[in-house]
Amino acid sequence: MFAYIIRRILAAVVLLLVVSAITFGIFFLLPSLAGETTDQLAAQYVGKNPSPEAIAAVKQNLGFDQPLYVQYGRFLKALVSGAEYKFGPDPVSCHVPCFGYSFKNHVEVWPEISSRIPVTFSLAVGASVIWLISGVSTGVVSALKPKSIFDRLSMGIALAGVSSPVFFTGALLLLAFHFKWPLFENVEYVNFTDDPFAWAGHLVLPWVSLAFLYSALYARLTRAGMLETMSEDYIRTARAKGLAERKVVVRHGLRSALTPIITIFGMDLGLLLGGALITEQVFSLKGIGAYAVAAIGENDLPKVLGVTLVAAFFIVACNLLVDLLYAAVDPRVRLS
Amino acid sequence: MRRSRTAALTALAAAVALTLTGCSSSKGSTDGATKGGSVAGADAATKNIVNASDAKGGTVVYEHSDVPDSFDPGNTYYAYMYNFSRLYGRPLTTFQPAAGEAGNKLVPDLAESLGQVSPDGLTWTYKLRAGIKYDDGTAVTSKDVKYAVERSNFAPDVLSNGPTYFHDLLKDNDTPYQGPYKDKTGDLKAIETPDDTTIVFHLKQPFADFDYLVSAPQTVPVPQAKDTGADYVKHIASTGSYKFQSYEDGKEVVLVPNTNWDPKTDPIRKQLADKIQVKLKIAQSTIDQDLLAGNAQVDLAGKGVDPQTQAKLLLDPKLKAQTDNTYGGRLVYTAINTKVAPFDNIDCRKAVQFAIDKVSVQTAIGGPIRGDIASTVLPPDIPGYQKSDPYATEGNKGDEAKAKDALKACGKPDGFKTSIMARQDRSTEVASATAIQAALKKVGIDVEIQQFPQGKYFSDFAGVPEYTDSHNTGLIMMQWGADWPTGYGFLQQVVDGRAIKKSGNTNLSQLNDPSINKLLDDAIANPDRAAREKIYGEIDKKTMDAAVIVPLTYYKVFLYRPAGATNVASTPAFSGQYDYLNIGVTK
Repeated sequence: MFAYIIRRILAAVVLLLVVSAITFGIFFLLPSLAGETTDQLAAQYVGKNPSPEAIAAVKQNLGFDQPLYVQYGRFLKALVSGAEYKFGPDPVSCHVPCFGYSFKNHVEVWPEISSRIPVTFSLAVGASVIWLISGVSTGVVSALKPKSIFDRLSMGIALAGVSSPVFFTGALLLLAFHFKWPLFENVEYVNFTDDPFAWAGHLVLPWVSLAFLYSALYARLTRAGMLETMSEDYIRTARAKGLAERKVVVRHGLRSALTPIITIFGMDLGLLLGGALITEQVFSLKGIGAYAVAAIGENDLPKVLGVTLVAAFFIVACNLLVDLLYAAVDPRVRLS
Repeated sequence: MRRSRTAALTALAAAVALTLTGCSSSKGSTDGATKGGSVAGADAATKNIVNASDAKGGTVVYEHSDVPDSFDPGNTYYAYMYNFSRLYGRPLTTFQPAAGEAGNKLVPDLAESLGQVSPDGLTWTYKLRAGIKYDDGTAVTSKDVKYAVERSNFAPDVLSNGPTYFHDLLKDNDTPYQGPYKDKTGDLKAIETPDDTTIVFHLKQPFADFDYLVSAPQTVPVPQAKDTGADYVKHIASTGSYKFQSYEDGKEVVLVPNTNWDPKTDPIRKQLADKIQVKLKIAQSTIDQDLLAGNAQVDLAGKGVDPQTQAKLLLDPKLKAQTDNTYGGRLVYTAINTKVAPFDNIDCRKAVQFAIDKVSVQTAIGGPIRGDIASTVLPPDIPGYQKSDPYATEGNKGDEAKAKDALKACGKPDGFKTSIMARQDRSTEVASATAIQAALKKVGIDVEIQQFPQGKYFSDFAGVPEYTDSHNTGLIMMQWGADWPTGYGFLQQVVDGRAIKKSGNTNLSQLNDPSINKLLDDAIANPDRAAREKIYGEIDKKTMDAAVIVPLTYYKVFLYRPAGATNVASTPAFSGQYDYLNIGVTK
């Protein structure tokens, strides 16, 4: 078990390195294949009327004058041992983990990202709790009473949920519960530690809009899985042994129907932690997703690299968590 | 060109806004109009200061769908930041807070009067007002103004966003000055500070608009000891009526009254609100709703509401009375590249002038609310504008017969092939190019549309003559606004042959007419304002006679004026935005 975790962590590190190298490559290689010179790249970060001297200075400051592998090496070195940058009278040090300095606003990237993690984390975790509870329970009830009114109704709602994008439900919820009847707050994010109630109050609308989409998906998945397991032979056996119906459903039915759900949940949660792009835009939340959008729009490599790595990290971490959970839920799986 | 963000909406934002308008009843939205304050009628703030008041207190909320380039006065080029930064920084001169034409009037701010110019026009002297302090109580000296100009103009590798007019205009040292970060002990000899309240600028050539130039936030004093380069934005020393309480990059900025600001030294600022909050990266649809609901007072970008909100405001007479629709000091036009055949022939250029259906372009841009049909280079809100229409067509819909005559004169009776450039992320610009394509097709000119990303439009494509000339780009879509509201500020960068650059070029027609260049020089050396303005009209006419620019529309903004806001006036000095200096809020 311990050796397994170590192996997975090492693999994750290699994966993150590969991701960062690819991001680096896309940023520098693709434009240069399209004929862009480093001068043109640097010119984007100089103001209007870029003089050759200013371009040269920016090139040197941002390290564009070095070969690509040197730049990548510098990036890795800064990540583990910090770096110093000169964008003023005195050099400024960038602390570990140093993702570098933003080309555009000359701010350290890591503090920017780390200050946004709680926002995205609160959003993703809150929404996922809601959708897991509502989605899975709806799915189970539907599967136990197939073709009942509840089943028809909930699956109908689920269909509506799956087909409603967040920018639609989110805007609708905002209009109704913020602008028309101001029950919930918009825009601002309050730290959980400052005021848990305000924290939740500000996040209810984004949670619900995200959870509506996902719980629909999970309800349908659970229903299908449950329908299949409940018709298995071992369920019949369990019932024949005289086991209470509740135990049959939960211990034998749900447990085995849950394994694919966990896999998908791990992926979904990881993706959301890497930035719930659309939800953050709709609700003007300052999370990682919003940061990613801005970074790409500004063509700002250190920012892009930073969010990519953080997002990749969350996906890898969630997948590891899933694999560990698997062993707990499904006795057939052994980590060795 | 001082940049002002145009509606570069993502499909997402548009979809959101669509949903919002689709579902809101007009009944619910009248709340905004009745919440307080008087209803002054449509366009009232373009004529007078609406809700003029000295009432103190409350929080004024600004919202912005994006982030500005910087809050550092020495590192910004956005018109709305030129406007907003005056709350915490006092440039040597600024524009009088007023509506309409009165807003174009320059008044001294940090200086006690406008500049004293030497008879040869090469030396400008300003005296600072007595008793001006930073928010920490230390006195402001003229050396801080000198330092501010040095850091903002001579260190483009650190403070890269602002324009470099001072760099280009001031006499440089014998060995070029490297800026305060590289050259820590040296300074720019062309700016002298004989004592703590006097500052003297020595110019390379006479420049009559110098008072306008020093209205830029680049002359807002910066104490050298506190300057940390790119990091200075996090702890800006304030001289204005407000100071920074908090600064969170890309998220939020909070300003509070500066207790060391003395109203006796400042005839134009009022310091009304207890707090000014700037919320960044807010969805545009949310901003519009917040303005309507009175949760926010100002959209910082000042470019106007979403198209969807616009439709809603126009349909409801009560809401419409709360709007201001005015010129934004900009021209939307198509530049004709004189270096590409057959546009080296003036008659082929005239054919395009006559063929384009300006009404269809206006419709593509969003109708009369977003711009009046244009026929001159200078927009009507720039002093020097003279009405004329050398290529008039009936109803502005284009004239096929005249266009075909011009084509014959040019030796291309059957038309020709060319291409037009537009910014792909500006949907209205692409739509305009499509309308032009359709109009030119009628007279036999086949136009191919080339689209490029906005961020590289001037650095790599439209602004690189080598590129346009080698890619048969005869027509280039363009929008242009002046850095300061005079004919020179508007015209010089777009018609001066000596302003043509290898990259980042904005004289897209590559017009290089010695008589126009000379007129520009004459104008800017002429101390008489009326005479200058007459010359600008002449340059405009000459440019139109050369047929190198097809004026399409005079850009207009469409702003919503929340009822709770006080001292609201739309000023041409800042592209039609409201003047941010004294906006307060009724509680």
